[in-house]
Amino acid sequence: MANLKELSRKPERFTGGHRACAGCSAPIVARMLMMAADEPLVVGCATGCLEVTSTLFPYTSWNTPFIHSAFENSAATISGVEAAYQSLKRQGKYDKEVRFVAFGGDGGTYDIGLQSLSGAMERGHRMLYICYNNEAYMNTGVQRSGATMFGAETTTTPVGRKGYGKKQFEKDLTAILVAHGIPYVAQGSPSFWNDLITKMQKALATDGPSFINVLAPCRLGWAFPPEETIELGRLAVNTCAWPLYEVVNGEYKITYKPREKMPVEAYLKKQTKYRHLFRPGNEWMLPEFQKHVDEKWERLLTLAGEPIPAKEPVATG
Amino acid sequence: MSEAKIKDKAAKGPEAAQEIAALTGNEAVAMAMKQINPDVVAAYPITPATEIVQIFSNYVADGLVDTEYVAVESEHSAMSACIGASAAGARVMTGTSAQGLALMWEMLYIAAGLRLPIVLADVNRALSAPINIHCDHSDTMGARDSGWIQIFSEDAQEAYDNTIQAIRIAEHPDILLPAMVTMDGFIISHGMEVVKVLPDDTVRQFVGTYNPKVKLLDVDTPRTFGPLDFTDFYFEHRRQLAEPIAKAKEVILEIGKEYGKISGRTYGLYEGYKLDDAEYVIVLLGSTAGTAKTVVDDLREAGVKAGLLKIRVFRPFPYDEMAALLAGRKAVGVMDRSDGLAGLGGPLFGELRSALYESKNRPPMKDYVYGLGGRDCGPALIRQVFDELQEIGKTGEVKERFTYLGVRE
Repeated sequence: MANLKELSRKPERFTGGHRACAGCSAPIVARMLMMAADEPLVVGCATGCLEVTSTLFPYTSWNTPFIHSAFENSAATISGVEAAYQSLKRQGKYDKEVRFVAFGGDGGTYDIGLQSLSGAMERGHRMLYICYNNEAYMNTGVQRSGATMFGAETTTTPVGRKGYGKKQFEKDLTAILVAHGIPYVAQGSPSFWNDLITKMQKALATDGPSFINVLAPCRLGWAFPPEETIELGRLAVNTCAWPLYEVVNGEYKITYKPREKMPVEAYLKKQTKYRHLFRPGNEWMLPEFQKHVDEKWERLLTLAGEPIPAKEPVATG
Repeated sequence: MSEAKIKDKAAKGPEAAQEIAALTGNEAVAMAMKQINPDVVAAYPITPATEIVQIFSNYVADGLVDTEYVAVESEHSAMSACIGASAAGARVMTGTSAQGLALMWEMLYIAAGLRLPIVLADVNRALSAPINIHCDHSDTMGARDSGWIQIFSEDAQEAYDNTIQAIRIAEHPDILLPAMVTMDGFIISHGMEVVKVLPDDTVRQFVGTYNPKVKLLDVDTPRTFGPLDFTDFYFEHRRQLAEPIAKAKEVILEIGKEYGKISGRTYGLYEGYKLDDAEYVIVLLGSTAGTAKTVVDDLREAGVKAGLLKIRVFRPFPYDEMAALLAGRKAVGVMDRSDGLAGLGGPLFGELRSALYESKNRPPMKDYVYGLGGRDCGPALIRQVFDELQEIGKTGEVKERFTYLGVRE
């Protein structure tokens, strides 16, 4: 369990002065990781918002060794760093205890970087991969990704006379990682700091590959006031659109259960990317979204061996 | 070491300690890698380079090297992992070919831009489409502007020698650039030859230990590798890459000489064969040089002043040396084992014409694109080139700048 007082005394290894948007949750996730780690960290990052806003030469926000090489290979790059570490340590050329972390946005993780991530996890490198999932290609101007949820308006899934946003549901990347049989997989949210930091600590302590999928609200792409980032994350979790759970050696555990599962509408209404869901003619969309969220939540409850509550009427706007 | 090894007891000097072995090109490169004993090898198998990493993984399994072998899921990840490992501070090697090198393309630029001295064995093979597993130089040529040093090998011996030297060249403090050593697919990679192999200790002593000044694993001095440059710095950082390239020729020559002292085989930027008084010169890269040498011998016997200029170092390109060597010849035939599809023959032709632009005594020059996709190039075809060069020599006129040699039109 993380303790706020202790955490606040830790040295800043991800510093201020970066150029992320006001209200961006990616730097919050990075800072939480730095607080979670006791050992020195070597961090890799895919091309994307976090990387371009934190490493503008000649400045850097990373007060820890950091490497960026390309968009699709954060996991492969850190595989190499970790392999070098193993080799040098085995040969007696290096004696420090270090942990390795690879970061990627949802684009660099769900889509273009999936192969590299899958390879690294399958090979069993001791690394923590954190996907800061803001549900679109935010760095290039809000294009859809495999993580974009149903109905969301992005610049490549625009709303028009026929278009109603993204037609498909999001890819369940967390399940894909669970299917890799790696020892630690989790979903987290910066809005639940204790839950997330505890997960990061568990992941870093795992002797093998670990993965945390963090929903990272994006004030630009989701269009909400910057001061509401944490609130948005809370709504995502409390509506069960983004459940918090972990899978340790294949065992599912829901780490936070909303006291009362809120209708997903409460979460979607806050974001302009879903505003068309509340317009005449699109009445079918919200129940569709809700049905998907309910089904996924029930599946998760089953996997975690939890009772499934009686069906409630679907809320509509 | 192959069963066929025998002590070369008759040899004197540095050669005395060497073992003569029957090795394929792939075996020779794997042997060099074993003797170099890199910290990390990350690779993905691809024909005809597969054997290199396959043999090497056996060395790892037998505990003959200290290497961490990363069997990645693609060549893109192979080069990405090499980049991570090299940035971490390790000595890193890999091998690939054709589509594999093409898949690495994005990362080749990043390896050079980050100044990481990775050494790659590239077994030359044609690029798709159509898919073809045999030799030509399209793969290496595709990577020629990536900032990698490129060294071509004529045979298995050179592939072995070049691999060892490449480590020193790449890691030289004034260079710090990745280097690829190439050999022709199947012709060299799978052809068995007599190779003189240095003792392990000699190689280890020659390559020394790698102690980079800047490394990612230096957690006490955290550094950011691969940051974002805007218009205010990108140009300057790319400009800095020109410095090691300018210095590389000197370093390559220095290391080639030093290698000569331990092996009896001294290397330069190129090799001239009966070149001094040659009137008709063929310029080429790689294994075809061997065939061309026999043709030159035959022509010399017939009284024709034929000569060969084999280029060893393609990047950086020895422009001045080429200009000095080729000016004043009666005719020069360039043989390109890849087609630049530029409307002006292959890439070697473009380089050589450029090299000779300022020469007062520019020779007439013609390009022959040959051997694509492993098409055989025997003495008869090379003879054809020399015949045509003699025709050109008589008139001084080149009727067509480039042609395709040995193709059904």
